Amino acid sequence: MSSPMNHTRFSGAQRLLHWTMAAGIVAMLFIGVGMLSTVAPSYVPLVATHKTLGVALFALVLVRLVLRLVLGAPPLPASLPPLMRLGAVLSHWGLYGLMIVMPLLGWAMLSAAAYPVVLFGHFRLPPILPQSDSLHTLLWGAHRWLAFAFFALILLHVAAALFHALVRRDGVFEAMSPLPSGKPERPA
Amino acid sequence: MPLAVIALVLAGSAAAFAYTAGWLSPERLTPTRLVAALAPPGGPAPGHRRNHAKGVCFTGEFQSNGNGASLSKAQAFTAGTWPVLGRLNLATPNPNAADATVRVRGMGLQIATPDGDVWRSAMIDPPVFAVSTPQAFYDLLQSAPKGAEAMKAFIGRHPEFTAFAGWAGSAPWTSSYAEDPFNSLNAFLFTDAGGTTRAVRWSLRPAATPVPIAPDELAKRGPNYLEQEIASRVAAAPQRWTMVVTVAEPGDVTADPSKAWPAGRGTVEVGTLVVNKIIAEPDGPCRDINFDPTVLPRGISVSDDPFPAARSSAYARSYDLRTSEAKDYPRTAGAGSNKP
Repeated sequence: MSSPMNHTRFSGAQRLLHWTMAAGIVAMLFIGVGMLSTVAPSYVPLVATHKTLGVALFALVLVRLVLRLVLGAPPLPASLPPLMRLGAVLSHWGLYGLMIVMPLLGWAMLSAAAYPVVLFGHFRLPPILPQSDSLHTLLWGAHRWLAFAFFALILLHVAAALFHALVRRDGVFEAMSPLPSGKPERPA
Repeated sequence: MPLAVIALVLAGSAAAFAYTAGWLSPERLTPTRLVAALAPPGGPAPGHRRNHAKGVCFTGEFQSNGNGASLSKAQAFTAGTWPVLGRLNLATPNPNAADATVRVRGMGLQIATPDGDVWRSAMIDPPVFAVSTPQAFYDLLQSAPKGAEAMKAFIGRHPEFTAFAGWAGSAPWTSSYAEDPFNSLNAFLFTDAGGTTRAVRWSLRPAATPVPIAPDELAKRGPNYLEQEIASRVAAAPQRWTMVVTVAEPGDVTADPSKAWPAGRGTVEVGTLVVNKIIAEPDGPCRDINFDPTVLPRGISVSDDPFPAARSSAYARSYDLRTSEAKDYPRTAGAGSNKP
């Protein structure tokens, strides 16, 4: 990223989006595996929440992607070993990719099963694919396995964030910290 | 120390995820376990529904007389004619079961309206459901194959089963789907245009007069008589059912489909289902439709009846399985082409 950004923290809007979406995505993953594990009455509102939140997160990630492309990201500290730098770049674009792909897979998967896509408030989305057994199988499998990959990647992301915050103390965690810095921004 | 904190956070998150997914709870009634319990001893028939596996598609229309608009704002209840597709079926996991060996018959129905809403339901012909809860249904599936002693113990645990068993043992059989009633059994909530919500159940009552037949007489007509009969009957003339909505009164139990509501509850005849074409399932329009009873239009929602949620969850599991096995249930004509 040849970003014009020289500051040490993401913008307030980016941090707000990051933490809002973080809560939403973690909720989505837990709702997803939870709803598939139950035949209880909660199944119906869980599915409705999963669809509604999924669409909301898709809208948010598009905004976030624009902000990222326009505002960029603070540079990683020069002291970061090359392997960790590569891991950071790859995992971040992996997370973006999953944030964009997962809602589309879900929507396409429901379309390929000829399920009406009804959200809370009875808002409905049109199908984006015709009914197809083979497409449904493919999309459903992808949605499921990428969800597990998403959770694993988030765990890695959390581990890395904590590693930066607690071990390296190199300002990377503070760059996305939800709290205002409270003091003048330090140089990286 | 910081590394231990990180490890703890990761382990805790992974454990919470595994717990939520049910991986740490072998006793949780999951859709996977419920659907697996439906399988006959020889295993499920790949490519087919895991229950109600034998069936035939139909198309037709729902002629709404407008009376239902007093109960629900669903467009299906405004006066008019709406396209339907559906499926007449037998409650068996075996798509090759002989008709006379299956006591319960069903109808899956989809009514689509111009406002984009879709209403799906899956109804059966007994007047009450066999058990009160999905857990009890799972118990029934596990007990039934074990013989009379196990069933006696099951009925001890779930005495509500006797009402269904009484129907199964004494109600006359018919030799035609067209002569059978189909009942929602589950209670749903209808909301009218003014926002008033009422608990209801609905039934499709056949226009054709039921002609009783002994099961062994039905058996003599062949294992697939019902599909042949309905196809020739509909080819000769459209077949009709009247949709009747029964409205609960305060205090009526809506959470238990094994309990009929007291006689004399108010009913509203809301229209007529007209079936005018029968299509064999392998190439039929119902084949790839999941008649999930929680697919509902505006103006209809689930009640505190626990079954629609359980059925939705289990039907989705069945759908995911059978669509992944489509090669085991090939289409017969124009293979690979799109459906009509």
